[in-house]
Amino acid sequence: MAAEGQAIDALGQFKLAPALGIVGNAVNFTQANLFMLVAGALTIGLLYFGARPRAIVPGRLQALAELSYEGILKMCTDQIGPEGRAFFPFVFTLFFFVLMGNLLGMMPYAFTYTSHIAVTFALAAFVIVLVTVVALRIHGLHFFSYFFPDGAPKLLAPLIIPVEVISYLSRPVSLSIRLFANMVAGHVMLKVFATFVVMLAGAGTVGVIASAAPLALNVALIGFEFLVAFLQAYVFAILTCIYLHDAVHLH
Amino acid sequence: MSEERDGGDRPHSAPPGGSSGGSFEDRLGAARRKQGLEPPRQGEDGASPIPSLSPSQGNAMGVGLRVGVELVSALAVAVAIGWYLDGWLGTRPFLLMLFVVLGGAAGVANVWRLVGPPKPPRR
Repeated sequence: MAAEGQAIDALGQFKLAPALGIVGNAVNFTQANLFMLVAGALTIGLLYFGARPRAIVPGRLQALAELSYEGILKMCTDQIGPEGRAFFPFVFTLFFFVLMGNLLGMMPYAFTYTSHIAVTFALAAFVIVLVTVVALRIHGLHFFSYFFPDGAPKLLAPLIIPVEVISYLSRPVSLSIRLFANMVAGHVMLKVFATFVVMLAGAGTVGVIASAAPLALNVALIGFEFLVAFLQAYVFAILTCIYLHDAVHLH
Repeated sequence: MSEERDGGDRPHSAPPGGSSGGSFEDRLGAARRKQGLEPPRQGEDGASPIPSLSPSQGNAMGVGLRVGVELVSALAVAVAIGWYLDGWLGTRPFLLMLFVVLGGAAGVANVWRLVGPPKPPRR
């Protein structure tokens, strides 16, 4: 990644550093933790200040709060069925934690905590453990018939069951890698093209003019990244709903 | 690179009761057709080779990334299981070899679940 002396430090932005000065240093409170707290505070603030006016005709903030509440509730009931209401708080929390992480990462000087596989895998592992516990709770040992579709020949059981188990276990991996890879790739691209702007601008008059190209690209990429931020949070939440549907209804 | 949607997982995710008149995608599609935003659906049974990945479900790159992630994650899980079982049972290369094959099969199964035809309703 080096370009004769000057290096494009695309991955440095994901490095953890202690936040909040000496207190944070003492307890290893990093900027990722800080932005998780900010995300939580923003979500609670959105709902609290959005719900406070209690207007019949909602203002902007109230409309946003109501839209997000009703949108996620609808996603739960559409995907999981009537039982989905029970999982609404979980899906809502998950969606907003991921969404706020993605969106906060778009702000200058902010840190994208969803760009760490440790964070996304922890979320995905939580989802898969919950899904399995829900399935076991509702269906008991009948849950294990999930790994052998009825109607398949019994002779193929030694082949189908391991494949289905691996497929089931690969869900949290693909769920976490998708979110993490999207966030990392987007931020690396932004950083690389932003560095191009600086490097070209430092290379004389022609370079200053040429640097408009990566700058224009970065403007487009920023818009694209906002799309990805929403989309990945949505995908994470809806895949959680789909897995919960499988757990509740089995097949 | 990232416009992947939840498209492929939809077919087996629609609520079986179907109380609210079809899934969100169906109603959105109907509303979009009414507004003339999409060409009318040709053939209700989906004559295209990958029916669950309709044109509105993001571009080819998103689908490709999605498929890649599914394949690689299944293989990674299988390799991890094989490696761990080998270390435990002392059969160093053999279970790993077996699980690499099984992991590839599971990856293909994942992809088929993503792009294959929707499951028929059971019972």
